[in-house]
Amino acid sequence: MLLAFIAAMVAARAQDKNPFTGDAMAAKLGESQFRANCAFCHGLGARGGGRGPDLTRVQKRHGNSDADIFRTINEGVPGTAMPPNGATQQGVGMTEQEIWQVISYIRSVQAKAPAQPVGNAAHGKELFYGTSGCSSCHMIQGKGGRLGPDLSTTGSARSTDYLVESMRNPSRRLAQGISEAMKEFSQEYETVTVVTAVGTKLMGVVLNEDHFTLQMMDTRENLHLFEKEKLRSYEKSRESLMPVYDQKTLSDKELQDIIAYLLEVGVQ
Amino acid sequence: MKRETIRRKAKSRFLAALGMTVVVRPALLSLAISASFALNINAQVTSQRLLESAKEPQNWLMYSGDYAGHRFSALEQINTTNAASLVPRWAYQTMGGGKFETTPLVVDGILYATGQDDRAFALDARSGRPIWQYQRALPSDIRPCCGRVNRGLAIYGDKVFLGTLDSHVIALDAKTGNVVWDVTAFDYRQGYSITLAPLVIKNLVMIGVSGGEYGIRGFIDAYDAATGERKWRFYTVPGPGEPGHESWEGDSWKIGGAPAWITGSYDPVTNTTFWTTGNPSPSNRGEGRSGDNLYSNSLLALEPDTGKLKWFFQFTKHDEHDYDATQVPVMVDQGDQHLILQANRNGFFYVIDRASGKLISANPYAKVTWSDSKDASGAPVARKDASPTLEGNRVCPGAAGATNWMSPTYDPQTQLFYVTAREQCDIFSTAPQPYEAGHAYYGSAYFPNDDAAPFWGALRAIEPVTGRTKWEWKHPSPTWSGVLSTAGGLVFTGDAEGNFIALDAASGQALWHFQCGASVYSSPMSFAVDGRQFIAVAAGSALFTFALP
Repeated sequence: MLLAFIAAMVAARAQDKNPFTGDAMAAKLGESQFRANCAFCHGLGARGGGRGPDLTRVQKRHGNSDADIFRTINEGVPGTAMPPNGATQQGVGMTEQEIWQVISYIRSVQAKAPAQPVGNAAHGKELFYGTSGCSSCHMIQGKGGRLGPDLSTTGSARSTDYLVESMRNPSRRLAQGISEAMKEFSQEYETVTVVTAVGTKLMGVVLNEDHFTLQMMDTRENLHLFEKEKLRSYEKSRESLMPVYDQKTLSDKELQDIIAYLLEVGVQ
Repeated sequence: MKRETIRRKAKSRFLAALGMTVVVRPALLSLAISASFALNINAQVTSQRLLESAKEPQNWLMYSGDYAGHRFSALEQINTTNAASLVPRWAYQTMGGGKFETTPLVVDGILYATGQDDRAFALDARSGRPIWQYQRALPSDIRPCCGRVNRGLAIYGDKVFLGTLDSHVIALDAKTGNVVWDVTAFDYRQGYSITLAPLVIKNLVMIGVSGGEYGIRGFIDAYDAATGERKWRFYTVPGPGEPGHESWEGDSWKIGGAPAWITGSYDPVTNTTFWTTGNPSPSNRGEGRSGDNLYSNSLLALEPDTGKLKWFFQFTKHDEHDYDATQVPVMVDQGDQHLILQANRNGFFYVIDRASGKLISANPYAKVTWSDSKDASGAPVARKDASPTLEGNRVCPGAAGATNWMSPTYDPQTQLFYVTAREQCDIFSTAPQPYEAGHAYYGSAYFPNDDAAPFWGALRAIEPVTGRTKWEWKHPSPTWSGVLSTAGGLVFTGDAEGNFIALDAASGQALWHFQCGASVYSSPMSFAVDGRQFIAVAAGSALFTFALP
C-alpha cells in the first residue's frame, strides 16, 4: 500500500518536470510538432498570431511551470479558443512525449527575462478611460463600453504587434476570435448597416448571423434581432467602426502607454 | 407423487407458453394489416435487395443509398409544394461529444446508425425509441487524426458492420447489437483507424483505413460477412515488384499513406467496385518521396471477389496539399457513356469513363491556384511554385479542400450533380520531421491566409457534361454537410451555422430551414415508415428527423 502510494507520487512528479529539459534535439522535434499543431493560432516562431498569445513571453497567463504548460496543452483552456490536445479539427493528438518536446521548443524560443514594459501603464489607463476614448467601446474588468471586444485579457492573449496594428489600422484585420473549429460562433465585429421594414436605419456590429438571421448591436448598445428577409436593406462591411488611431490622434509614446496598461491588466 | 407434480407443472408451463402465443398473434396480425412493413420486420437483407435498392425507396440500405453513390431518394411525399411545412418528428441524442458524422440506414422500420466514439444503435424509425445501443470499449491511446468519428454502418443478412477507431471490423447482430465477430484489421498503435461506413458486395464486407496523418501504408480489405475471415487486402501503395512501386523514392512507399477513408461504389454490370484514396504521407512535403506516389489521391477500379486492380486514375500526382480524393465516386450513365463523376478536394470536377478509367473532362468548380495547366490527357498539372515552403505559400483550395468527405448527390430528374464547395485558401508551410510509428507525420503546417474577405462556402449544382455551375446557394462560412436529393424536386443540406435547409433542386431557392443548434457534419438521408416520408440528419450530438405535419 505504502509502496503503491510512493510509486504514485513518483509518477505524479515525473509529470511535473519536462524529461527533455535542455535537450536541443527534443526542442527541434518540438518545433515540428509546434508548426503542425500550434502555429495555426500561435504563429510561426511562437510569436503569437491573431488568434493566440505570443508564447515567447516569460509570463504565461495560464501558468509558467512545465506542469502548467503541459496541462494547458493537454486539457486546453475552457472558455477560450485553446482546445484540448487532439480536439482541434486540424491537429493530430500529441503523445505525452510530443507535448514535452513542444514545451522544450517553447523554452528554446522564450525570452530570457520578462520584458520591461516600454510604456507607462498608469498613463495608459488614463488615456484608455479618458482622452483616447477607448472605453467608450471597450470594457476592461467590467468598466467601459460594449460595442467592441472586451480587452481585459487581450494584453496576454495577443502579440504586441497585433495590438499595435489593431489601433493603427483596425480594418486591416477585424478581431479574430475563434478558429474555424469553433466557427459556430466567431465574433469578428464586422460593421453592419440595416434599414428595417419600417424604414429605421441602424448601424452597428454583427454579434452573430447565419443565412437567415442577424443578431447585432447598434452604436447605442441596443441589441437587435432580425430575420434578414424582412429587412428593407442589409449591408455588411469589413471597414471597422473603430477609428484609425494615427500618429496625430495617438503618438507612439501614448500607444506604448496603452499597451503597457493592456499588458498589466492582461496578466492579472 | 413427486414425479406427477413435476409433470403437471411442466404441462402448465407448456400451456402458458401456448397461451402467450395466442395473446401475441392477434397483435401481430393487426400490425400487419395497419402497416405492411411489419411483415418484413424480420426479413433478411439479401444481396439481391442491396442490388435492387431502388425497388424499396422506403428503406436506405447503404451509406450512399444505392451502389451508384447517388444519395438520391425516390420518395416524393415531401416535395417543392409542401416542404415549407416540414416539422421535426423526433430526435435521438447520442450523448457523445465531437463531430457526429453518421448517415443512418433504415430497413423495414428500423433505423441503424453510429455515433461518436464508435457508438452504434438501432431505433424504432417511427418514434426514435432505442431497440439496442452498443459502444466499443476503445483503448485510451487511440489517436485518430480528425475527431473520434464514424460515418455509419453496412447491413447484410441479420448483421450490421462497423469499422472502429482502433482499427477493428465488427459484426453486430441486427436485432440485439450483440457482437457476432470482431477482427483486427491492423495495429491501431501504428496510426491505423477506421471511420467510414463499410460497403457490402455479395457476401463481402469492404472497408478502407484512415491514417494519412501517421505514415501508414493504406489498404482496402474484404471480409466474409458470415465469419469475419479476411478474403483479400489491396494495398493502396504497391510493394516491391508490383506495378506502381517505381513511383516512390527509396523506402518511402513503406510509409506512403494513401488511406481509403470514404465508402466506395459498385457497378454490378461489370462487377467492379470503385474506391478512392487519400494523400501520400507526409501530406504537405514531397521531399523524400519523389515520383507520382501511386495510388495516392486516386480512383481505383477493383474486382470485388478478388481485390484485383482493373484500372486506376490519379487525380493529384505527388500531392503536397493534402488533396485527398476521398469523395464518394458517383456512377452516372449518359446515353451509352458509363461515367464516374467526382468533385475532387483539389477543386476540379472530373468526368471519367467507368470502363477504362480514361479522363473525359476536368473543370474547376471552386477557386484553384495549385494548377494552371493540363497535360495531353486533359488532367490538371501542379504549378511548380505551388509547393509548400518553410515560410509559407498561399494556395487555393486550402488544406480542407474545395470539398471534403461530405457526400455529393446526383439527381436523375434534374440530371445535376450537387456538391458542397468550400472557398478557402491557406498558407501551406513545411515542418520537416522524422517518421516514428504511430506518431503524427504531416511534415507540414498550414495557416489561415490573410485575405481581407473571410472564407465562405456554397452548395453548387453542376451540369456534368460541361462542368458548369447552374446555380449556387451561398453559405456564410464553409460547411461540412453533405447533400441529399429527392424525387420531390428537393435537395437537402446543412451549414456550419446549424441550419438544415431544403432547396428547390431546379432553382436553388430555399423553401424551408430548421436550426439544429450545432454545425452539421454529416450527409442527410430519407426513408418512410407507415407511408410517411422522413428526412434525417445528424448535428451536434442529435439525430434529427423531419416529416410533414
